Amino acid sequence: MKEYSYFPGCSQGSSAREYGESAIVAARELGIELAELEDWNCCGASSAHMTNHLLSVALPARDLSIAQNAGGDLVVVCAACYNRLKLAQKEMKENPQLAAQVEKIIGADPRFSGEIRHLLDVIMDSLDLDELKSRVKKPLSELKPVSYYGCLMARPKGLLEEVNYENPEKMDKLLAALGAEVKPWSYKTDCCGGSLSLTRTDVVVRLVNRLYEAAEEAGANCIVTACPMCLANLEMRQAEGTLQFKVVHEIPVFFFTELIVLALGNPRAEEWLGKHLVNPRPLLKKAGLAS
Amino acid sequence: MIHTLSTSLDREIEERSGEKARLCYQCGKCSTGCLFNFAMDILPHQVMKLIQYGQKERLLSSGTIWICASCETCSVRCPNGIEVSRVIDTLREMALREGVKPAHKSIPLFHRCFLGNIAATGRISEPILMGSYKTLSGDLFSDIGLAFNMLAKGKIKIIPEVMRRREEVRKIFKETKK
Repeated sequence: MKEYSYFPGCSQGSSAREYGESAIVAARELGIELAELEDWNCCGASSAHMTNHLLSVALPARDLSIAQNAGGDLVVVCAACYNRLKLAQKEMKENPQLAAQVEKIIGADPRFSGEIRHLLDVIMDSLDLDELKSRVKKPLSELKPVSYYGCLMARPKGLLEEVNYENPEKMDKLLAALGAEVKPWSYKTDCCGGSLSLTRTDVVVRLVNRLYEAAEEAGANCIVTACPMCLANLEMRQAEGTLQFKVVHEIPVFFFTELIVLALGNPRAEEWLGKHLVNPRPLLKKAGLAS
Repeated sequence: MIHTLSTSLDREIEERSGEKARLCYQCGKCSTGCLFNFAMDILPHQVMKLIQYGQKERLLSSGTIWICASCETCSVRCPNGIEVSRVIDTLREMALREGVKPAHKSIPLFHRCFLGNIAATGRISEPILMGSYKTLSGDLFSDIGLAFNMLAKGKIKIIPEVMRRREEVRKIFKETKK
């Protein structure tokens, strides 16, 4: 078992609870133990960096100081938290003046010497795919997913682990190893509309509808993501897109961690199926993956 | 319409963000790749040009600065290495500081509710966030069916998750308020 500090992020305890829970179970199945950071706070997300830059560094900086005390690397599952934590670390590293200013504000040393890593990267770097294939009890062979990373996991270039930022491939490789027939498409890193979900729903509905159309065109029967905001927008706005565009899409959306747990035959995967706004059971039943 | 020229605009943005809008040579890659261009009144490459022209008022009162979702597609594709989305962040911050009336007022209101939620409990809780935003925006009923659906699926926690040392987060808010 390899142990990492873990930053869950706000959504993983509520609207994306299935992500928070499945991340811990999937990681454990693969020999990775995630130890939650003590008394962490919200990273500030879009609202902080869009309105107050200093705040957008200081909020994650408090988490980084806690991570420094915990030692080792820090694993994150939410693409947005990952992006904000990484950026705060980078900016303070490049700008010692800013680091000193933030240190005063948070009353602790914000310099984190470990690495901030997304769970998908940690899994893919520590995994022997052939070994994973041999452990699959329920191959996802009837699933035809498209990998949807969303925008924040693969960007900004040079900062994040993904070198191929316009066409990341780790999730495709993982899903293929689990037996799925991964479909290629060119929308892997397109934005879902993010924080405009409540304020400009019309914009989000249009973007999400476009993603569904593209997924169908690619021959996919589900979408797999690593971002709670992407999943929320895709699921919440699927029905609204139906009203606006007069086309019915019924494509379930999964977190990649849920599919790891499902394919490895851990019965806990069933628990999360009921949490989806787009019911994945009909597809999984047809595929012989759920009762 | 007559707009006052702000000759120091590109310098001001460079000082605040470290980004050099003056390097833009109008290739338009940012605007063609922008997923939100259909909802913008000024396209990203035009934002860069208007910065070079010192058109501060037009930029700070534009809808674009609020519509941009910071997906950073423009930033990774810019041949001159300009972090366009960071420049737009800076414009938003300037607009708020200077009290410019926002073209899409619901968006900064949402950000205020989001940050108010963090200041109060340290973490985002959907009932607090959605409740405060829906009340203050007056847009009470548009997502009500969705809210019930999310409740039924256990996707909304009624009792908010609260961190312990909230005073530390409150101090961050107090000291970053300029």
